[in-house]
Amino acid sequence: MKSTAILRVTGLFKNFGGVQAISDLYFDLAEGELLGLIGPNGSGKTTAVNLITGFVKPSTGAVVFKGFDITGLPAYRIVRLGIARTFQMVKPFYQLPAYKNMIIPLYSPRVKKLVGGKYGDRDAVALDLLEEVGFERDAKVAYKVAAALPQGYLKRLELAKAIALQPDLLILDELFSGLSLAEVAGILPIIEKLRREGKTIIMIEHRLKELFRIADRVIVLNYGQKIADGRAADVMESAAVKSAYLGTE
Amino acid sequence: MQKRRERVDRGIKVRSGDVFALCSWREMLYLAGPRVLPVVAILMLPLVLGIYWQKVLLSVAVFALLAISWDLLAQTGMISLGQALFFGMGAYVTGILNHYWGLPPLLTIPVAAVFGGLICTALLLPVLRLRGIYFSMVTLILPLMLVRLVEATRIFGGTEGLTGMTSLPSRWLEIYLIVGAMLAALFGFRRLLGTDYGLVLKGIRDNDRSVINAGINIYWYKTQALWIASTIGAFAGAFMTHVYMFVGMPVFALDYSILPIAAAVVGGPGSLAGATLGAFILVPLSEVLRGVGGLRIVLYGVFLVVFIVALPEGIFHFIQRKYHQFERWVEVDT
Repeated sequence: MKSTAILRVTGLFKNFGGVQAISDLYFDLAEGELLGLIGPNGSGKTTAVNLITGFVKPSTGAVVFKGFDITGLPAYRIVRLGIARTFQMVKPFYQLPAYKNMIIPLYSPRVKKLVGGKYGDRDAVALDLLEEVGFERDAKVAYKVAAALPQGYLKRLELAKAIALQPDLLILDELFSGLSLAEVAGILPIIEKLRREGKTIIMIEHRLKELFRIADRVIVLNYGQKIADGRAADVMESAAVKSAYLGTE
Repeated sequence: MQKRRERVDRGIKVRSGDVFALCSWREMLYLAGPRVLPVVAILMLPLVLGIYWQKVLLSVAVFALLAISWDLLAQTGMISLGQALFFGMGAYVTGILNHYWGLPPLLTIPVAAVFGGLICTALLLPVLRLRGIYFSMVTLILPLMLVRLVEATRIFGGTEGLTGMTSLPSRWLEIYLIVGAMLAALFGFRRLLGTDYGLVLKGIRDNDRSVINAGINIYWYKTQALWIASTIGAFAGAFMTHVYMFVGMPVFALDYSILPIAAAVVGGPGSLAGATLGAFILVPLSEVLRGVGGLRIVLYGVFLVVFIVALPEGIFHFIQRKYHQFERWVEVDT
């Protein structure tokens, strides 16, 4: 266990009525680490992220971020402390052009605090950020309303909105789901670049091949419980993981 | 070969899109016309109207303010069915200040707008977390509850209300105050909605979780929008108290809740200008229909239905589209 843990999750439980969605989840995340969170459908991956980011309150347990206990804090305050996330089901402002979608995160108190006072021309910053995630400036795609954008661009927009918050911890919830191989290949270098810049990242993914290429460590969940934690190659050799993914005879 | 209608921006719209529009009178007129002409026309109206229609214009401006207030709330994702709460609260606050303490209307109206707005915001604060129809139901019930409260406890004159309010110093001040307030609210809040702050408000309507995910406390922003909207409504109520020189239970009437919504829907929600235009159509229409006696409400209802079915986008958006774009039929391969 590294001492420079940016995030420490201990004894996290969440039950929805009679369903135990998360059961005794614990892990540490070191600064600059890229953690993959995997598991079969319904294993509690998104619930775990919702618990960390404050969108759902845990039944018991603690989430400590940069030394602060953030358990049960409202989601907007957790974002201000430096955790940004994307949603599995993208949540753009459909009526607005893509670049105007970026204004709301750029208007965030966190960004104001980091940049200091007024940002100046937020539209220009929005266009720069969108270009970074692959909105070609010449194609004018950044000016199209979000409702007219294909899924690949909506996912990039979701990523850009999270990056705009300049987070210390970035959580990507199934960023690659619903994308073609070519679209994934277009986004992967962006995450690799973030990683090279030292950003701490948690990725929930079903696209294991792509995830294992970049993840330092992988945690596997099944029925809300952690069943494996370690290097990708080692984790996939675990009997419990094989059984969770493939079933038992 | 099938045909479909294609909408294309007019050349002048494209040419007026940047600073070079300042080089041509035609482009400048194109930009300024839709703004300056209605403003000049509205400011000239009191000079050409008789006293009766001046009073109708007062009513138009009051309902336009309530419709602007409704539209502003709707833009933030809060569908109010109780604009009468704001109107009535402003009316009672100014009535109490004027009746019991004898304060002049030019002081009581702004004070009632601000404090009436604050009281309404405080009343709705606990239900700010409710969304959709649940929020709407509470807004509908509150003015009805307050009517019964006044009736049962006989406070502030009970069923008879408070009479003998001071009127505004002159008829001209009266009309230009309310028309000026309407124009200021229309252009001021249209501008506000166009800023980054306004974008956050509209973002809350479109996808509140996404706004939370930007580290923004949506309840604080909803509170601000609610205060702005209720202050506009309270101003309208406070103003009318000094026009009628009376405040009583009718200020919480359903008319003040429903007509602003009808105005915003007929005019076209989302622009504030549509809500104002809707009030300019519906209130005079209601007056004109007085001539038909008992069938007035039936004809009014038919008009509303026809308008909503024929122009679901609203009159303002229809006119705006025709102004900026032309349509042509193009052939498409099937």
